[in-house]
This record gives sequence, C-alpha cells and structure tokens, in this order.
Amino acid sequence: MNPFRYERAGDAGAAVATLAAAPTGAYLGGGTNLVDLMKLGVATPDLLVDVARLPSDRIDVRADGGVRIGAAVKNSELAADRTIRSHYPVLAQALLSGASAQLRNLASTGGNLMQRTRCVYFRDVTKPCNKRNPGSGCSARDGYHRSLAILGASEACIATHPSDMAVALATLDAIVHVQGVHGERAIPLVEFHRLPGDAPQRDTVLEHGDLITSVELPPSSFAARSAYRKVRDRASYAFALVSVAAALDVAGGIVRDVRIALGGVAHKPWRALRAEQALRGGPATAEAFGAAADTELAHAEPLEQNAFKVPLARNVIVRTLLDLAEER
Amino acid sequence: MDAEISLSVNGAVRHLTVDTRTTLLDVLREHLAITGPKKGCDHGQCGACTILIDGRRANSCLALAVAHQGALLTTIEGLAQGDALHPLQSAFIAHDAFQCGYCTPGQICSAVGMLDEAARGWPSHVTADLGAEPITLNDDEIRERMSGNLCRCAAYANIVPAIAEVAGR
Repeated sequence: MNPFRYERAGDAGAAVATLAAAPTGAYLGGGTNLVDLMKLGVATPDLLVDVARLPSDRIDVRADGGVRIGAAVKNSELAADRTIRSHYPVLAQALLSGASAQLRNLASTGGNLMQRTRCVYFRDVTKPCNKRNPGSGCSARDGYHRSLAILGASEACIATHPSDMAVALATLDAIVHVQGVHGERAIPLVEFHRLPGDAPQRDTVLEHGDLITSVELPPSSFAARSAYRKVRDRASYAFALVSVAAALDVAGGIVRDVRIALGGVAHKPWRALRAEQALRGGPATAEAFGAAADTELAHAEPLEQNAFKVPLARNVIVRTLLDLAEER
Repeated sequence: MDAEISLSVNGAVRHLTVDTRTTLLDVLREHLAITGPKKGCDHGQCGACTILIDGRRANSCLALAVAHQGALLTTIEGLAQGDALHPLQSAFIAHDAFQCGYCTPGQICSAVGMLDEAARGWPSHVTADLGAEPITLNDDEIRERMSGNLCRCAAYANIVPAIAEVAGR
C-alpha cells in the first residue's frame, strides 16, 4: 500500500476544502471498498480525508413523509430503521442482500454509492483495464465477462456497478445531495452514475472534491409496496448476477404506476423506463409483465458468457412484479 | 507516515504510534500480540478477522487503525470472565463446532455481534416479514446472519446448533 497522510474533517466544508486542494487525495468513509483497493494497488491516494464521523449520521423523517438519510449512516443502521422497513421495504431488502453483516456495520450510505466495479480485470493491476488505466484496453470483452454488463456498455468498458442499495434508490426517485467547491447541489440518483462511453474511469458525475452529504427519499404513495429480488451464484454474501428492484401501484387489476430498476446488468443502476411506460394503464398480468420486460431487454447487447442474463432478467422482473401484484 | 492513536482493547487503554496504513487487525496482531483475530483473506471476504468495534462486529482487516481513534475493541481474548468461558465459547466446544480452529475466533466474535443485532430486532435477508419482532433465530436465520464467516473445514453443521443453543433454542 502506498504511504498516505490522514486527516479527519471537522465538517463538510472543511472536508471539501481539504480534498479540493489535494488532487490525488480521496475521502474515506467506512473503507470497505477503498482500503481493499488500496491493498490491491488499484487505488493510490496520498491523502485520506476521513468523513466517516461527520455529523450526517441521522435518518430524518420529514413532515411530508419523505426521508433524509445522512451520508455517514451505516448500511446496517439504514436497513434496520423502522421507517425504511415499513415505508421503503425495497431499500431495506436491497441493503440486507448486500455484502455481510460485518461489512454492513462499516459501510456508509455515501460510500455505497461510490463503490467501484468488481470486474476482475479492474482489480488486477497486471491486466489492461480502461477504467483503471484509461487507454490500456478492456481485458473483459474477450476474457471473463460472465458477471458483466448487457445494457448500456461501450467498446471501452463492460463493467457493472456492484451496489444493491443504489438499485433500490433508483426505483425510489432518490436525490443525492452533494457539497462541492462551488456550493451544494442535488443530483437525481438515476443521473448520479454514468454509462461508460469513452470515459469509463468516471463512475459518477461528481467532480474532485465533491462530497455526498445525504440521500433524500421523496414521499411516495406506493413505495410501501416494493421489493428487491437478487439472483447470485450462492445464497448469501455474493454480488448480483441480476437483481430487480420494483414498486407497484395496482388497483382493480390495472397498473396505476410502477418503478423498475435492474442491478448487475449495467455500469449504473438501470432504471427500466421503457418497461414502466409499457405497463402504466395496462393489466397487471404475467403476460403484460413479460412483454414489458421484453421491451426493455430488446436493447440488451449480451456477450457469449453473459447471454443468460437476458432471460434471467426477464424472469426476475416478472416474478417480482407478480409477487407485488398479489401482495395485500 | 506515523500517527498517534489510543484504543481500548479488551478493557485496557493502549497508546500507540502506527503507520497510517496499519489496519486494526495488524495493530492487534503485530503491535499488541493479540493473535486471536486471524488474517485469512485480508480483503473482507472471509471473516476470520472479525472483532467487535464499539460493540458491533466488523472486519478488522479493512478498518484503518488511524480512523478508529478512541474505539472500544473486543477480541476473542476479551470474551471470557476469568476462567469462565463466554457461553458461545462453551457451546462451540460442546458442539465440536470447529476442526482446525483458524476461523473460530472470528466465528465467535461474529456470533456475539449477531445475537445483539437480533436482540435489537434487526431483520436479515431471510426474514420474511421485515416488521417482525422479536426475531426468531431459526437455522436459516443463523446461516444467513453468519454468512460473512467462512469455514474451510465446513464445520457449519455444528456451528449452527452451537449458536442456536446460546440463542435460546
């Protein structure tokens, strides 16, 4: 591991000013991903600005029913929060399906959004990887890519985003609040992560020095009927091959409104807007759910080893929506 | 680059000068000769390094010591009361819940943290009703909640009943 200086920020403004002045520094949250990448030599910051103890570790329920989640809230605390469990079950389920209990006790809300891909070539400094070393090439396209993207990938990169939490947040129309050198701004979660294009080294739209301060869940009339279903190679403690987060508002057998997002299939949480559009106002049936999934997945460009994700995603979308339609 | 830190380890306050790169696991093992926490994968994938940080179970291999100034750490060495073993230690012996023993300190520290989480009403991935309290620790719940601790000897078949006994089943 490269040597680094360590500073603990007193408040968000001080953290931003400190990191903005250090071009090769990084924020430290729970460290579950960053420290791992530093041991591998993938991340080599020369300064860590510790934001894990900034005073944004609260979950505040607002008068309008929305929720503001401080960036320092641990994944375990968020999953256990009674408001989240009852009003936003998709978020609690997604968090509980990720990592292990030990890691969730360390990992923060802001850090979860900033996770890097688990593509094996990104994590191996002896191999070309456009995300780690722009212009060096992609080892995955002609190598091991069973776990990688089927939607929105580019010639340069077929990595997937590893977060479960972010997939749930995509269905909840969450807003990411950020403080940067030019002040504060609010970024919709679905616009927070990028598709790789020709700059796969950039996972998010954040600029250097930007600090996530909180994640806001707007009030929702139907997020209480939501669920997260994750398919992986073992029953626990593994990243998603495919996951589906969904919320459904159904009355009299008709879909009044719906939110669907996919995990494990793209460089970002994949909000399935085409499938949602196809479902609104139509019947809440297996046939309609399948047709909507097909509409979304018609844009998939799978490779040899991950072609199975297309029918898998279709089936998981249908099953998740059917379960929600039958929920009382 | 060095940093001064203070930690409470199994009830004793320790003042140390450590390189900023040092993890809690390396502080315990290399600086304080507390070798219960084990270095397995060193990447947060196996759970052998699990300790309690301020009462919560965590992977000490991914926790930078400098970021845990003032923390209260509990390792397997801190669980017994004199010669009286912690109930989980006794149950692991009674149920033969280990073979080589390398993962055992992490398993037991993890189980201590897990029982506390369940007592707080925290759900897990296999909890059917997210609102259900109190939590009933059936075998599926124990397996899911302990999935962050791998055992290469596959002593799981005895680890689950050992934990179930202490959980009051």
